[in-house]
Amino acid sequence: MTNTIAEIKNPILSIRDLSVAYDKTYAVKNVTVDIKKNAVTAIMGPSGCGKSTMLRALNRMHELYENIKTEGQVLLNDENIFDMPTIKLRRQMGMVFQRPNPFPTMSIYDNVIAGYNLNGIRVKKAEKDEIVERSLRDVALWSEVKDSLMKKGSFLSGGQQQRLCIARALAFNPEVILLDEPTSALDPIATSKIEDLLVKLKENYTIVMVTHNMSQAARISDYSLFLYLGELIEYGKTKNMFTNPIDPRTEEYLTGKFG
Amino acid sequence: MNSDKITKSVLFSVSILILMLAAGMVYSLVGGAIPAFKAFGLNFIISGEWDPSEGRENYGALPFIVGTLLTSFAALIISLPLSFSTSLFLGEYYKETKVARIIGLLVDLLAGIPSIVYGLWGFYVLRPFLIDLGFGGQGFGIFTASLILAIMIIPYATSLSNEIIRMVPNDLKEAAYSLGATRLEVISSVIIPNARSGIVAGYILAFGRALGETMAVTMLIGNTNIVPTGFFQTGNTMASVIANQFGEADGLKLSSLIAIALLLFVITGVVNALGKMIIKKFS
Amino acid sequence: MESINTLLDQDHSTRRLLKDKLVLAGIILFSLLTVSPIVLIISKLLVKGYRQISLDFIIKNTPDTYEAITAVANGEIIPGGIANGIVGTFLMVVLASALAIPIGVLTGIYLYENQGKRMSNLTRSVSDILQGVPSIVLGLISYLWIVKHVTMGYSALAGSISMSIMMLPMIVRSTEETLKMIPQTLKEAALALGVPYHKVILRVLIPTGFSGLLTGILLGISRILGETAPLLLTALGSSMINLDMTKPSSAIPLLIWEFYNDPNMVDLIWSSSLLLMAIVLILNIVSKQIIANRR
Repeated sequence: MTNTIAEIKNPILSIRDLSVAYDKTYAVKNVTVDIKKNAVTAIMGPSGCGKSTMLRALNRMHELYENIKTEGQVLLNDENIFDMPTIKLRRQMGMVFQRPNPFPTMSIYDNVIAGYNLNGIRVKKAEKDEIVERSLRDVALWSEVKDSLMKKGSFLSGGQQQRLCIARALAFNPEVILLDEPTSALDPIATSKIEDLLVKLKENYTIVMVTHNMSQAARISDYSLFLYLGELIEYGKTKNMFTNPIDPRTEEYLTGKFG
Repeated sequence: MNSDKITKSVLFSVSILILMLAAGMVYSLVGGAIPAFKAFGLNFIISGEWDPSEGRENYGALPFIVGTLLTSFAALIISLPLSFSTSLFLGEYYKETKVARIIGLLVDLLAGIPSIVYGLWGFYVLRPFLIDLGFGGQGFGIFTASLILAIMIIPYATSLSNEIIRMVPNDLKEAAYSLGATRLEVISSVIIPNARSGIVAGYILAFGRALGETMAVTMLIGNTNIVPTGFFQTGNTMASVIANQFGEADGLKLSSLIAIALLLFVITGVVNALGKMIIKKFS
Repeated sequence: MESINTLLDQDHSTRRLLKDKLVLAGIILFSLLTVSPIVLIISKLLVKGYRQISLDFIIKNTPDTYEAITAVANGEIIPGGIANGIVGTFLMVVLASALAIPIGVLTGIYLYENQGKRMSNLTRSVSDILQGVPSIVLGLISYLWIVKHVTMGYSALAGSISMSIMMLPMIVRSTEETLKMIPQTLKEAALALGVPYHKVILRVLIPTGFSGLLTGILLGISRILGETAPLLLTALGSSMINLDMTKPSSAIPLLIWEFYNDPNMVDLIWSSSLLLMAIVLILNIVSKQIIANRR
């Protein structure tokens, strides 16, 4: 494995020997890597190589399922994520899923502010309005929905729904946003809008994104991880990886030998 | 081609049988009830008298309508916290685990116990228990009957709600978890709103079942033909009075019992149709 | 960033986590409470009924009151058995099934083949409503139709008719659901080979869906076995084994009811109920096994 830990100073996420097993079969094996703050890091690899599994370990999503075991250490700003309560962790690490999943029984407004409502955090109406507007503006959805905030989101297109989900994750001002193939269910135009959005967002947030589309990784990510069969094969600045891959398997993947 | 046509018409005619069956049932019930309605008019429904003595027969259905509604509503309310907890247990908290399979099996078994066995258990175990607790009297009455009814309808309410709760998509739940919600919060803000109609429909159908229960109720309700005025009084339901008074019933008495059966038929029909409609709308 | 942090501090994490745990405890408690009756009931039946069960119990007829008083006075097991009830139940169930199964399966096939048509929607709705009719009302109907006009008196036939009306909607629904689960391609492959429609049904659909159909039938039978109310108005009961369907007949639940009402025979209710429950349980377990084997 090509180890470039030394390159990143003050990483926001330090992942050491992360392993995830489904019923004794390891889907992610001993991944060690640092994630840079305020950058877009892409996790790439062929189908079934453990990318989503690794991502979901970062906000401890696996703990919902009994047959999945996670080992290793992950430090978020020097705090071990396994030592803090999940409800605190997940406010610092937002997640956006592959298929847009706004809450169907809530209005657009309530969807954006859902994090606060669900957690029972009391916020004055004026502040709520402010948070909703800020989040929707950040995802470039405000002008499109500002007159229908109280409607349920089902009339929105797939791309708009996904942006709504990103707004929902942003409402907490998390440090890191985890995205699991966020554009794979969207059409090319919606995809490019979201890609532009992610590049803009990295100014204020750290983006970690799983993608099965290498050209997407090449387009918008600053750093890339290449996972193969659960192991981290190579990691580094995207530009370097694509022009000068060090590991032969990386090169084979990038040139489409397997997908 | 020809044989296909024959097959199709055979299938069609057989299906008509069900429609004819239902129509025939309505016809017989209405026909049998007419003498009673002729004699007492619509007063039958609100009259509280039930006097079979010769020469001054006077029948009214009110005591039984009240008895049925009281016991069924009470059964629903008593069973609600129990069956709701169990459906959450099976459909969310312990979904797909061995524990859930065992508990689910036990709940299914509850549904398989015949009404008369519930009645026996209610009579020989529950009743003395209630008397010991200080509920006084012989332990018969609306309350005891409601209690046993509640136990009987729990499996129906539970299994439907359980299915609906299980079907709430994982990614909605994960979205809520990823925002830092606790399990309880995910249940109250995502699972329940998305399963609401299914849960309600389940309870409506359970209520419909309670309306028609006969044996267990007959054995515990005390069999008095007056409008009950208190929860711990004895009474009768539409179903139990038919079973009780049927004996040598003839003439006007028989017709009154048939009229009660007709009312029961209509009420359960409406309640069940309502429940099914809600389910259909939901899916 | 600042204001958000102070908001987050007031989110009462510990209180929320505590609530979460408390509710879970409550749910577990209530669920255990919910299933406790089944444990209590079955153990009661076992404890009190175990003594009475023997070979005699199954092959002898019910004793009369006199024999019962003597036995109880001497502290012995009441002699005799419930053979008349077992035979009566068996015969009535067989007849009821013979009526309900063909009609139910054919109707289920009709519904499967005609999805969405008005007629089949109507039939399905009527079948669903029929399923919700209380069993005592069905007993009354059977009384009016059979006891009054066909057999001129209480009869096993009347009992069977009420049972078959009860079974019918269950079989219709399970047939339709089973067939719907068979992949369309199978049916199309058969038709593409020029197989006539009725053969497709008999040789392809029914065999493929057999376990599902069987399960529906077994569950239907287990439900009608325990029904007492309609039999009170139709079969009435009998102290002897009776093979004539036009005459009154005994049945296990009817016997339980008779024993319950006779202070001398009361001890017999537990063993009879135990036997009834055992049969119901076996049918349920067999059905579940069939479903499991299918997977």
